Amino acid sequence: MYGRKVKLRFFFVLLILITLILSVYLILKSLEENVVYFQSPTEIKILPEIEKKKIRVGGMVKNNSLSMGAKEIKFIITDFKNEINVIYSGLVPNLFTEGKGVVAEGYLKDKNFFLATKILAKHDENYMPPEVKAALEEK
Amino acid sequence: MASLIGFYSLIFGLCLSFIIIFYSVRNFKDSMVFDNKIIFSTFLQFFFVIVSFLGLILSFVYSDFSNETVFNNSHTTKPLFYKISGTWGNHEGSLLLWLLVLTLFIFLFLIKSKDQSKKYRILTLLFQQVIIMGFFIFLIKTSNPFNYIFPIPKEGLGLNPILQDPALAIHPPILYLGYVGSSIIFSSTLAATSLNYISKEWAKHLKQWVLISWIFLTLGILLGSVWAYYELGWGGFWFWDPVENVSLMPWLALTTLLHCILVLEKRLTLTSWVVILSISTFTLSMCGTFLVRSGILNSIHTFANDPERGLFILIFLFCLIFLSLFIFFFFHKNNDKNVDSFFWLSKETSILVNNWFMMYFLSVVLIGTVYPIFLEVISSEKISVGPPFYNKLIIPFLIPFLLAMAIGPKLKWIKSDLQDKKYLILFFIISFLLSIFIIKILNINFLLNTILVTSAFYLFFITLRDFFTKKFKNLSQNISHFGFSLLILSILFNNIFSNEIITNLKVGETFQSEKFKINFENIEKRNDQNFLAIIGKLKIESLNGNIETLRPEIRIYNQPNITTSEADIKTNLLTDKFMTMNFIQNQDYFNIRYQVKPFMIWIWFSVLIISFGGLLSLLQKRYEN
Repeated sequence: MYGRKVKLRFFFVLLILITLILSVYLILKSLEENVVYFQSPTEIKILPEIEKKKIRVGGMVKNNSLSMGAKEIKFIITDFKNEINVIYSGLVPNLFTEGKGVVAEGYLKDKNFFLATKILAKHDENYMPPEVKAALEEK
Repeated sequence: MASLIGFYSLIFGLCLSFIIIFYSVRNFKDSMVFDNKIIFSTFLQFFFVIVSFLGLILSFVYSDFSNETVFNNSHTTKPLFYKISGTWGNHEGSLLLWLLVLTLFIFLFLIKSKDQSKKYRILTLLFQQVIIMGFFIFLIKTSNPFNYIFPIPKEGLGLNPILQDPALAIHPPILYLGYVGSSIIFSSTLAATSLNYISKEWAKHLKQWVLISWIFLTLGILLGSVWAYYELGWGGFWFWDPVENVSLMPWLALTTLLHCILVLEKRLTLTSWVVILSISTFTLSMCGTFLVRSGILNSIHTFANDPERGLFILIFLFCLIFLSLFIFFFFHKNNDKNVDSFFWLSKETSILVNNWFMMYFLSVVLIGTVYPIFLEVISSEKISVGPPFYNKLIIPFLIPFLLAMAIGPKLKWIKSDLQDKKYLILFFIISFLLSIFIIKILNINFLLNTILVTSAFYLFFITLRDFFTKKFKNLSQNISHFGFSLLILSILFNNIFSNEIITNLKVGETFQSEKFKINFENIEKRNDQNFLAIIGKLKIESLNGNIETLRPEIRIYNQPNITTSEADIKTNLLTDKFMTMNFIQNQDYFNIRYQVKPFMIWIWFSVLIISFGGLLSLLQKRYEN
């Protein structure tokens, strides 16, 4: 014979459990959808297919590749093995220049063209995005 | 010389820890009265840390480059104000500040807790000393701020220019008072748990420390956010960057704790919640320190990537977690049972609801921050979790949260009826109509927006009305909740109404859009103490003929050679006009960003209101005593 209190407690625990499971599921699911992967130009070259997901590309801005117009900025990101053309319109961080590291976020048009929606800011001249550092060390 | 005194003060400070522990243990066992020698030695320890800190400040002021920390972070041409603030603008100095706050809080605790039992005070001191010793050793062993270098360099390397800013000069001390202040909550909760000392009076006493910590943490986060808004040039105030998240997580835990402790004070239930939250607040602060300082997260707070430091904090963190879990499981007696349980519709339930929501928000932030790190360790895949993740998971849950926040405080303890139902429903209808009206005008017929604005307005009106009903006594709570509704409303309208233009312009060119005309008139150069400024003059003409001139700056600092952009912001009560300018080497074009951001000042202001509520609660407490 279970009292009313015990039943209530049982339902309460059940409710908490269900809520927990639901929220964990929700979190994991949206994590899967909203995560941005980082790739180097070389990794993009060997991609089996072009996905529509947002990605980040990192490497160095190739020397003499930067050209700037009123609407957009074009440059080439290289990891010294492969390179990719980037078209970008938007805010450029202060330390963005040729021969320096860069991380661009956006969408792949094809394996050679990348439409960037954001260029990540860096805070000082010694700072290099960890992804770029890793890409350069791999080389 | 100052460095030498500073260093020896640190050593003395560490030695005093042993003396304090010796006295405390002796005092704990025998006599009934609290030994005044303990207070004296605690003061002495605090004094030595101050001396050490002053020593470092003096080395900075006099640009003593024989000190490695000064050499790495200072420069003779730096303005005096930033020489001083540079003291805590680096890894070593900020840890010294951390230690200073630790010793300050335990000293304050001892002199403010005279009416508590002797054993409890001593045990709190002992737990705090464990933390203090850990940081002394950490500081002396891995990050000594007084390292000597020879030959003595002529010139220092300079402070990162984006740290040379008034808001960021006071951001660390304020934030630390909150962040490190939570250590005293941690220590006293562990002490109270092991002595089975948890009572209503204890809750009342701990509440003050929770409030102090909470107020400073809130203000500290606000300062960091304001700084990011005008210095980083993105024109936002929260980016869901891991570094921001590690300050938000202790805040969420602390806010939940603040609500739980109210229940404990009045009703002596939710003790386990209080204990767990006290432990997790400080643990999250430590976690934040670990993530930020170990170089795992890259940010402005990562000063040097030294794996040894990260490892030390990690081991220390695990020891503390282990210690607290041990105490929790072996000493904690749940004394909830001797109190009548409460019914579904009661203040207790509403606070529990608040707790669960807060825990949910906390876990979302925690997973978003930690998951990328784990994934990289496990599979070496590099990912980042951005704002969409948080927006999607947090915003929908804000709606019931806001509604509960409006109705919860109206309920009574144990068992309650909803009173004033008419008003509650009436206000809901008003808020709903108002939001529909606003959203319709804007033509962004978006379901989520309407409901969200409705619930925010609802909280806003309910709390606003409560200011005028005299029977409502809890003014501080009402102020904070009102501030929160204002914060959410400002953020929402800020998001909905914001306008932005990003374009590349040459000097003399004009940009024409549907809403504005931007004319890049000229640039001029100005030499300052340690930087060269390039100031652009841009005239913005809006459709209705209003002309505004904005002068964004680019600053090229001499040492270190870094370029920063200073936004020019025209603020008034309704909107901020925000402009930044960047340049790219060897190009004629300047990258211009112009933003119209409504209600920015209200975001800052509402956070001030929230913390003012906390301050009022703290002062009321004092007044009653």
